[in-house]
Amino acid sequence: MLEVSTHPVGNAVVVKITGDVDLYSSPEVRKTIIGLTKNKEKNILIDLSQVAYMDSSGVATLVEGLQQVGRYKGTLKLFGLDAAVREVFELSRLDKVFEIYTTEAEALETIAK
Amino acid sequence: MPDVFSKASRFDGTGRSGITIFMGQKKKQGRSAKQTRGKQPQRQVPKSTETIEFRVPSDPKVLKIVRLSVSWLCELAGFSEEDRNSTTLAVDEACSNIIRHAYQGDIHQPIIITCKLLDNGIEITLQDFGRSVREEEIKPRDLDEVRPGGLGVHLIRSVMDVVHYESNEEEGNKLTLAKYVRVN
Repeated sequence: MLEVSTHPVGNAVVVKITGDVDLYSSPEVRKTIIGLTKNKEKNILIDLSQVAYMDSSGVATLVEGLQQVGRYKGTLKLFGLDAAVREVFELSRLDKVFEIYTTEAEALETIAK
Repeated sequence: MPDVFSKASRFDGTGRSGITIFMGQKKKQGRSAKQTRGKQPQRQVPKSTETIEFRVPSDPKVLKIVRLSVSWLCELAGFSEEDRNSTTLAVDEACSNIIRHAYQGDIHQPIIITCKLLDNGIEITLQDFGRSVREEEIKPRDLDEVRPGGLGVHLIRSVMDVVHYESNEEEGNKLTLAKYVRVN
């Protein structure tokens, strides 16, 4: 089953997703991300290191989050994508739209102190 | 072997009987071996060696079961991990489209998924009895426009070698997808 949790790290909030993100589970991811954007959370890092599968509904959820943070000049960055998940972003040509990092530390470094 | 396929093709219109899986040799089509003896085949047609049919409800909960099954069949077909993942993604996206567009979120309708293992790949047909999809809904959208939604069709067309959609009153909507093993 999908698990979504959040925890603060430095100037950011990390959203850790564990499990497959598909049509069944993506509403849970959306609820968390949109909740953060409604609170105008400045920096959101999405940890996808425990996600082995993501479909277009998952990608769409992240696109929606990115658009929401853009409205208040926040950031939403991704890290820890495995090859299969990265492939979905590449096929959707969204690998250049999102900032994608290998590790949480790398993603954190890019956030202004 | 009993004729399980004709039984599987019947559906009660509710889709509430859960998940059913049928497996067996595909019936020979066209001329029998006796009739064609001594004649050269006119063209090379990939032989269908095995057909597996799933009948699942249009409930997003079952998508994972579909993915695991298709992934395993792709492994049997000799696909690389990359092709296994992409074919599984395409079938998942196709099922999601049926749930969202053909059945408009009704989770109690049937989806029949027929997988044929070919000599050189796999052919997967997804059949539903919901609303037929208009051509413009099947076309992939412009990816330069960054927005949520509308990516499923693009993903399916990007990764599959064959994508064919047909719709008629008798058989409902049928989306046929095929992927062939890449020879390096």
